[in-house]
Amino acid sequence: MAVSATGRSLYETSRMPSVSAPGNAAPGRCKSGGDMLSGRALVQIQKINKFYGSNHVVRDFTLDVQEGEFLTILGSSGCGKTTTLRMVAGFEQPTDGKIFVGGEDMADKEPYERDVNTVFQSYALFPHMSVFSNIAYGLRMKHIPKKEIRKRVMDMLDLVQLGGFEYRMPSQLSGGQKQRVAIARAVINRPKVLLLDEPLSALDLKLRKQMQLELKRLQRKLNITFIYVTHDQEEALTMSDRIAVMHDGMLEQVGVPKEIYEKPVSKFVATFIGETNLFEGMVSSVDGDIVSVAVESGTICGRAEGFQKGEVVAVSVRPERMRYSTSPVRGFTIQGVVREQVYVGSVLKSIAVLPNGHEIRLERLAGDALPMNGPVYLSWDPKDARLIHSRDQEVYHAVETAVMEQGE
Amino acid sequence: MSKHKFRSSTLPVLITVGPVSLWLAFFVVIPLLYVFIMSFCSIDENYNVVFQFTLDNYRNLMDVNYLQIYAQSILIAFFATVICLVLGYPFAFLISRTFRSRKTFLYMLVIIPFWTNSLIRIYGWRTFLGASGWLNQTLMALHLTDSPMDFLFNRFATILGMAYVLFPFMVLPLYTAIEKLDPSQLEVSADLGARGGATFWNVVLPQTVSGVFSGCIMVFIPSLGYFYVADILGGGNSDVIGNLIERQFQSGNNWPFGAALSIILIAVTLLLVKLYQKCGGDMQSLGV
Amino acid sequence: MRRKKAERLCRSAGAVYCGLVYAFLFLPIVVVVVNSFNATKSKPYLSWKGFSFAWYGKLLQNTALLDSFKNTLILAAVSTILSTIIGTIAAVGMFKYRFRGKSVIDALLYIPVVIPEIVLGIALLTLFATVNIPRGMLSLVFAHVTFCIPFVIFNVRARLDGYDKSLEEASMDLGVGRLKTFFHITLPVLAPGIGGGALLAFTLSIDDVIVSYFTNGQTKTFPLKVMESIKSGVAPDVNALSTLILIVTVLFVVLTQSGLIRRLRHRKI
Repeated sequence: MAVSATGRSLYETSRMPSVSAPGNAAPGRCKSGGDMLSGRALVQIQKINKFYGSNHVVRDFTLDVQEGEFLTILGSSGCGKTTTLRMVAGFEQPTDGKIFVGGEDMADKEPYERDVNTVFQSYALFPHMSVFSNIAYGLRMKHIPKKEIRKRVMDMLDLVQLGGFEYRMPSQLSGGQKQRVAIARAVINRPKVLLLDEPLSALDLKLRKQMQLELKRLQRKLNITFIYVTHDQEEALTMSDRIAVMHDGMLEQVGVPKEIYEKPVSKFVATFIGETNLFEGMVSSVDGDIVSVAVESGTICGRAEGFQKGEVVAVSVRPERMRYSTSPVRGFTIQGVVREQVYVGSVLKSIAVLPNGHEIRLERLAGDALPMNGPVYLSWDPKDARLIHSRDQEVYHAVETAVMEQGE
Repeated sequence: MSKHKFRSSTLPVLITVGPVSLWLAFFVVIPLLYVFIMSFCSIDENYNVVFQFTLDNYRNLMDVNYLQIYAQSILIAFFATVICLVLGYPFAFLISRTFRSRKTFLYMLVIIPFWTNSLIRIYGWRTFLGASGWLNQTLMALHLTDSPMDFLFNRFATILGMAYVLFPFMVLPLYTAIEKLDPSQLEVSADLGARGGATFWNVVLPQTVSGVFSGCIMVFIPSLGYFYVADILGGGNSDVIGNLIERQFQSGNNWPFGAALSIILIAVTLLLVKLYQKCGGDMQSLGV
Repeated sequence: MRRKKAERLCRSAGAVYCGLVYAFLFLPIVVVVVNSFNATKSKPYLSWKGFSFAWYGKLLQNTALLDSFKNTLILAAVSTILSTIIGTIAAVGMFKYRFRGKSVIDALLYIPVVIPEIVLGIALLTLFATVNIPRGMLSLVFAHVTFCIPFVIFNVRARLDGYDKSLEEASMDLGVGRLKTFFHITLPVLAPGIGGGALLAFTLSIDDVIVSYFTNGQTKTFPLKVMESIKSGVAPDVNALSTLILIVTVLFVVLTQSGLIRRLRHRKI
């Protein structure tokens, strides 16, 4: 069961697909990752399911990918993101559901019949061919004239900044160079969609960051639709136009990075993307758009609509939005003791521990340190809190305790 | 079945594995089954096979003369194996420990003799060991003996011949097993105070045991069947089971009896292989 | 200081030992080669009568012997080609796909390898006799392919061990169909394993004695002709032929080892 995206336009970037005009936007709740704005998305994944035996690996996954966008499917290992990608590429067939690329139904279409190319996690460079031959492979098999092949390959080598490497063998290349050859080889066929399966996971940190920027630049320049799969949320936030967060085979949320970060719709998305502080409790009162929530350690509030008294909720507050003071703040009754502080270059990270052991993370630009081991009152601007409808039953225990304490 | 599924999963299997399956069925399974069946048959006066169930062949197997040959075969095979092992293990070990560049050369040097026809090499031994052969001529020239010594036409010669022909089948698995040893283990062992012998016994040997086993099997089993070695070097005095079988199919014309003998040989083989597997042997290393 | 001396002693002892083993291995070869230059003219051709190339000349006249060698070569070539093709695609198929009966086939493959050759020989003989397959080159080919296939499969399988499956997916992804992918990607990458298997098959076939003994009918292969002449006394022209074969194979090994072929391959991209 897909969680609904928030009912607002999904586009906040300057990149608009060529198809739709913003004026035609029909804002409203989208029950899936489908965009009701533009006409037809380039890639339409509709309610696909994949079973391996009795293992339900991908559940009711629906997603539209717009032409020219850089979309990342983000999730932890084993959540089904790679399987989904492989189904788009044609290496696996969905147990049911449909996939459309450019309007064509991909059912029963072999990988070599699809206008889709893949960059593999292991690069999959042909070890017995030179860099030139690897890149030219697809073109040669299509019997494109030699001269044109040569020109296109050399252009591509320049594009990925590997000019002069044409006669090297894959075994003589470094990881980053192999990666670029793999990209060049896929992109030279001018596919409609490029699928990338965690292509940077094997590279070291510095190289990875460099490649992230290069990939983004490449995507913009070639204007090819990228579907990128990764478990690294920072990578997703850096490169993507939109992110689709996947968990346990299901699509949790899809949206632009800012929205995913600031307005997570589920606990998983809130905790997976960046760091956050998560409170669980029950709505004790609703005053206009200020919702007060009773949690184990006291009362907190946030700004939201659509919540009712007595509802079980989760509240997510990012560390950088967390405030502290030495005197109580209206609307908040949580109090903690500062236990740790770490100076990490540009920021100061602190941990305050609540009476029930819950650790609250604070993050501020380096400045004054918090009073160590002293009590602090924690609060935030209500609009910085994100309330999430929770379906967790285990919360009841915490909630009951809180309610009982409140009653005293 | 959808077109895609057939194209991507069933058809490729049929195309790739089909031919070998058919081949194995027709040229391995069926012939062996046939031999099994034939071992329970008998022959008529024209030496034709009669399909009437009988255990006569197996009863005849127990004949005293044959028992002597079985014992002799096992003896010969056993000593051939021991010689190969004792000679081959240090040899494989030493080659494994040389420099990489020289190693391939040395390895090749082991293989090259076996590209000369094995029969002619066995005959070379006959030339060497014969009454007027090189060895005797040399010994007499050096006055170490007055009359030619009998090196040929006895069990000793046969054992030597078997060991010679089957030597690479011992060396190859040993070499593979020794190659897999992690050299730093030997260093650690020395570092921890163990002297050469202890290191060998506690570190090297246990890990190469599988190589030893598979090498032994690859020498022992064929020895039982290499009739031509026994013929050429043993001259009829050191027949092995292989000679018995050969005779049934050539001069003796008693195919069912030969089949029974073969079944026994297969049984012995299976037994040894099962033993090997039980002791943790890896079937892969038998396929060297 | 003493340790170094002891080490060096060990090392020389080791070298001497290896040398002795090699001497043992090459002894009969030396006998064969030397005897090919034996000027002897009468049976049993054993005693040394002086140095001569005469038998090399006589070899060229010995049509029966040369024919048998020709048979052996043809047989080995055909067997190698057939067993390599069947074995390679089987190894690839078994590696890639899961199917019922894979373990059965796997077990069956070991039979020709592990059972004594004589058993395989007589088993095939009984088959050919019953089914009435003409005994001659045809039955020999059937027999040789049978014991060659497992070795090809094992060799290719070893090469497949580190094989990256995504190579073929990458090829198909780039628009190339399955068959073309097999020829352009799978085979070249597997080439060393296939080559090793083919070489092994060729070697086994050339030297096969026992299985050929039972399945040859009237066709004489070189080993069988040698066996025939051993009864009467091997004339040195057999030695001459063997010596020539040895020289050719040594040359072949030297060429491949010295990387000449490797260098030629690198010339084309």
